[in-house]
Amino acid sequence: MKKSKLSLLLVLSLVLSMFLAACSGGDKEETGKNEGKNNAGSEEQLADKQELNVLESAEIPTMDSVMGQDTLSFTTLNAVNEGLYRLDADQKVIPGVADGMPTYNDDKSVLTIKLKQDLKWSNGEPITAKDFVFAWQRAIDPKVAAPYGAYFMEGKIKNASEIVAGTAKLEDLGIVAKDDYTLEITLVRALPYIESYLTFPLFYPQNQKYFEEQGADYAKDAAHLLYNGPFKMTKWDGPTGTEWVLEKNADYWNAKETTLEKINFNVSKDPQASANAYTAGEADITPKLAQAAILSQFEGADDLLRYQEPSIWWLKMNEKNPALKNVNIRKAIALSVDKKALVDDVLANGSIAADFLVPKGFSFDTNNKDFRDTAGTYLSTDKEEAKKLWEQGLKETGLKEVSFTYVGQDTETSKVTDAFIKDQLEKNLPGLKITIEAVPFKIRIAREDAEDYDLLMGGWGPDYADPMTYMDLWVTGGGQNHMSYGNPEFDKLIKSANEELVATPDDRWKALQDAEKILLEDDAAIAPLYQRSVNILINPKVKGFAHHAFGPDYSYQWIKITK
Amino acid sequence: MVKYILQRVGYMIITLFIVTTLTFFLMKLIPGSPFNNFEKLTEVQREILLDKYGLNEPLPVQYYQYMVNMVKGDLGISFQFDNTPVTKLIANRIGPSAQLGLQAMIVGAVLGIFLGVIAALKQNTWIDYGSTFIAVVGKSVPSFIFAGLLQYYVSVKLGWLPVMLWKGPEYTILPTIALAMFPISIAARFMRTEMIEVLGSDYITLARAKGASRWQISVKHALRNALIPVVTVMGPLAVSLMTGSLVIEQIFGIPGLGEQFVKSINMNDYPVIMGTNILFAVLFVVVILIVDILYGIIDPRIRISGGKAK
Repeated sequence: MKKSKLSLLLVLSLVLSMFLAACSGGDKEETGKNEGKNNAGSEEQLADKQELNVLESAEIPTMDSVMGQDTLSFTTLNAVNEGLYRLDADQKVIPGVADGMPTYNDDKSVLTIKLKQDLKWSNGEPITAKDFVFAWQRAIDPKVAAPYGAYFMEGKIKNASEIVAGTAKLEDLGIVAKDDYTLEITLVRALPYIESYLTFPLFYPQNQKYFEEQGADYAKDAAHLLYNGPFKMTKWDGPTGTEWVLEKNADYWNAKETTLEKINFNVSKDPQASANAYTAGEADITPKLAQAAILSQFEGADDLLRYQEPSIWWLKMNEKNPALKNVNIRKAIALSVDKKALVDDVLANGSIAADFLVPKGFSFDTNNKDFRDTAGTYLSTDKEEAKKLWEQGLKETGLKEVSFTYVGQDTETSKVTDAFIKDQLEKNLPGLKITIEAVPFKIRIAREDAEDYDLLMGGWGPDYADPMTYMDLWVTGGGQNHMSYGNPEFDKLIKSANEELVATPDDRWKALQDAEKILLEDDAAIAPLYQRSVNILINPKVKGFAHHAFGPDYSYQWIKITK
Repeated sequence: MVKYILQRVGYMIITLFIVTTLTFFLMKLIPGSPFNNFEKLTEVQREILLDKYGLNEPLPVQYYQYMVNMVKGDLGISFQFDNTPVTKLIANRIGPSAQLGLQAMIVGAVLGIFLGVIAALKQNTWIDYGSTFIAVVGKSVPSFIFAGLLQYYVSVKLGWLPVMLWKGPEYTILPTIALAMFPISIAARFMRTEMIEVLGSDYITLARAKGASRWQISVKHALRNALIPVVTVMGPLAVSLMTGSLVIEQIFGIPGLGEQFVKSINMNDYPVIMGTNILFAVLFVVVILIVDILYGIIDPRIRISGGKAK
C-alpha cells in the first residue's frame, strides 16, 4: 500500500514538473522581435499568398442576418454581406449599399437614403430598396420570432411596437421603398445614433425571391446564401460546422480595396491549445484569450494585440435587502474593493479599473471627444472613507452584523475575481459576511431576473454606439434594473435625453453625464469594477486588422499580409 | 438464445423510456432560458420566442409531444443553432467522436491486455513493475494533462504532428494516445490480476501436468478465461469513449459530440440535451447486451441459451 502511494506521488510530481516546464518554456521563444516595425510609412511588400488562418472559439450559430444574436454571426455576416452602412477601422460610419449618408427631415425622424445602383447579389440579381424592406419586415414579424428583431426595432422604428402587439400590419413598418434605389425610413422619434445603428447586421438586406425559392433551406449552409460583401463564403456546413472558408468577392463594388484572397476559419475552444497552434504557425489570429497564465507567455511580444472593449463589469447591489437600501452601506461596498489590484494582480490581462459606467473608447460627442474625457470619475477605491461610511450605515440601519449572498459565475476568471472581492469586503468592513454562490451563466441570469441575490457580479456589452445603451438600464422599473433601484431625478434625465434633448446633442450629452453622476456618486446604485480587455495573438505580418466596439467584432476586408 | 435476446430488447425499451422521461423532467428543472440575450427582451418579446418553440405549453403536453415526435424519429430543432435539426447535429458530430473513441479503445485494449498478460507471466520482475507503473500513471493522471503535454512537446516543440484540428489520419494520433491512456491502465490492471488468479487455478495445473506448452497454457487456457472481467469493464468504457470526451475534443479542436453535449446543458438547449442523452442511453444498453452475449462466446461456462454445453 505504502509503496503504491509513493510511486503515485513520484509519478505525479514527475508529470507536474514536466507540465510546469512546458508552461514556463514558452515565453523565451515568443519574444523574438519581429521585423516590419521600423518601416512605418513606406509601402510594405505584400506576401505572394494572401491567405489567412483564423481560429474562432465557437461555431457560427446562424448566417440568416435576421436571426443573428451573437458576435460571431455578426462578424461573419459583416464580412460576406453589407447593409446600408458599415464601420471603418476607426469606427466611423461609411456608406455600404447606401450611396452617401442619409438626408433628414426637419425633426430628424424621417431618413431618406439613396442606394448605389448596379450592385448585385452573388446570383446576379440586383440589390434594391425592396431587399431592405423585406428583411426588416421579416425581422419584426412575430411569426419569425427573430431574437433581436423586436429588441432592436421597438420604440425606434415606426410601428414596430404596434406590429409586435398585433395592432399594426407588417407593411406599416417605418421603411418604404420609394423606388428601386430610394429608401425612406421613419423613426418613432429622432435617434442621435441612427447612422451607426444601421450598421447592425439585423438591418442588412435579404432578397425575397431567393429567400422564398430556398424555403426552409435558406441559410442552412454556404450554398444556400447570397452574398454582397467583400467576401463570399465558399465552405460552411451550417451552424454545426467547425470549419468555414471566405474568399474574396470579385463582384463587390469596392473589391479593389480588398487584398486578402482567402480566409480559413477553424474552431478551437481551448485557449492554451489556440496559443499552441499560433506558436506552431498553424494560425495567424487566435480567439480572444483572457487567462493570465497564457498571456504571460506573450507579454510584450509583437504578437499580442491588446485593446479595451466596451464591456464593463460591476457589482449589483439589490435594494430589496434592507441593508443595501442604505446608501452609505452601498457606498462603503463600492469604495472597499481595490480595483487596481483586481485588474493588475488578479485578472492580469490588461483590463482597466472602472470608476465609471460608460466605458472608454466607445462613444464620442459632437467634437469627437470621448464621453469619458468630459465626464468625471466616481467611486474610486478609498478604504478609509469606506470604513467611515460603513459605520454610519450600520448605525442608520441599526444593524451590527450583515451577511450577503454573492452570486457569481462558475468560470475560472469569475471564481478568482469573486474570491478576491469577498476578501476585500470582509477585511475592510467589520461585521460583514459574504457567501459566494458560483453558478453557470444561465442561472446567474435567472437569479438576477428574479432578484434572488444580495450582491451580484455582472457585466454589460453595448448594443449601439451611444452611452444610452448603459444608462437606460437603471430607470425605475426598467427591464434590466433587477435590483429595485429607483431615482426620479435619474429617470427624468434619461427621459429628456431620449426625447426633448435629441435635437440638441450637446445638452443631451450633458444630461447623460449628469445621470451617470447621480447613479454612481450620489446613489452608488452599482459598484463598477473594471472594463475588460481583449487579448488576441495576431501574426505581425498581418496588417490592417480592424476591430469594432459593437455588433461585429472584426472587419477582415482591409487586411494585407506583408512579407 | 433468440428468446433471451428478445426479452432483453424488451427490457431495453423500458429502460430507454425511463431514461427519456427522467431526463425530460430533470432538464426542465434547470433554471434559465434556452435563448441567448433572453434577459434583454421584454415580456412580449419573450412570449413570442417561447410560443415559437412550444415552450409555453404545460409540461405534460410538451412531454407528450416530444415522445410522439421521438417515436417518429423527429428529435426537434436545436435552440442554439438556428434551424438545425438535432438529428443532423448528432449525425455531423458523432463521426469524429466515434472514430477517436474506437481508435483509443483498440489501442487501449490491445496494449493494456498485452501489458497485463506479460506482467502476470513475469510476475515480480521489472517487466511487471514497469507495466504497473504505466497503469498507475494512466489511471491517475487526467487525460487533459497527457493531451497538453503531447500537444506541447510533440507538436509545438518537435513539430512532428499537427497541433490541433481534424483533417486527416495524422491529426488523430495525439488525441488517440491521450485518450487511450485510461483504457490501457484499466485493461492492464484487470488483466494482470485475473491472469495471476487463473494461472494459479487447478485446470492450469492440470494442463501443465498434461505437458501443454507454456504458450498453449497462457493463450489457450488462461487468457480466454481471464478476459471476462476485462470485457465487462471495457464495454461501457467503450461507450463513454465513443460518445466523446469534452477535454480531449476541446484541446485538439475536434468537432465531436462530447463538447456539444456539455455545451447544450449549459445553454439549456433542451432538444440537444434530450437527443444526445437518448443516443448515449441506446448505445449503453446495446453495448451491455453485446457484452452479455460475448460472455458466452468467451466462456462456455456462462453460456446463456441453456442448450448443449460443451
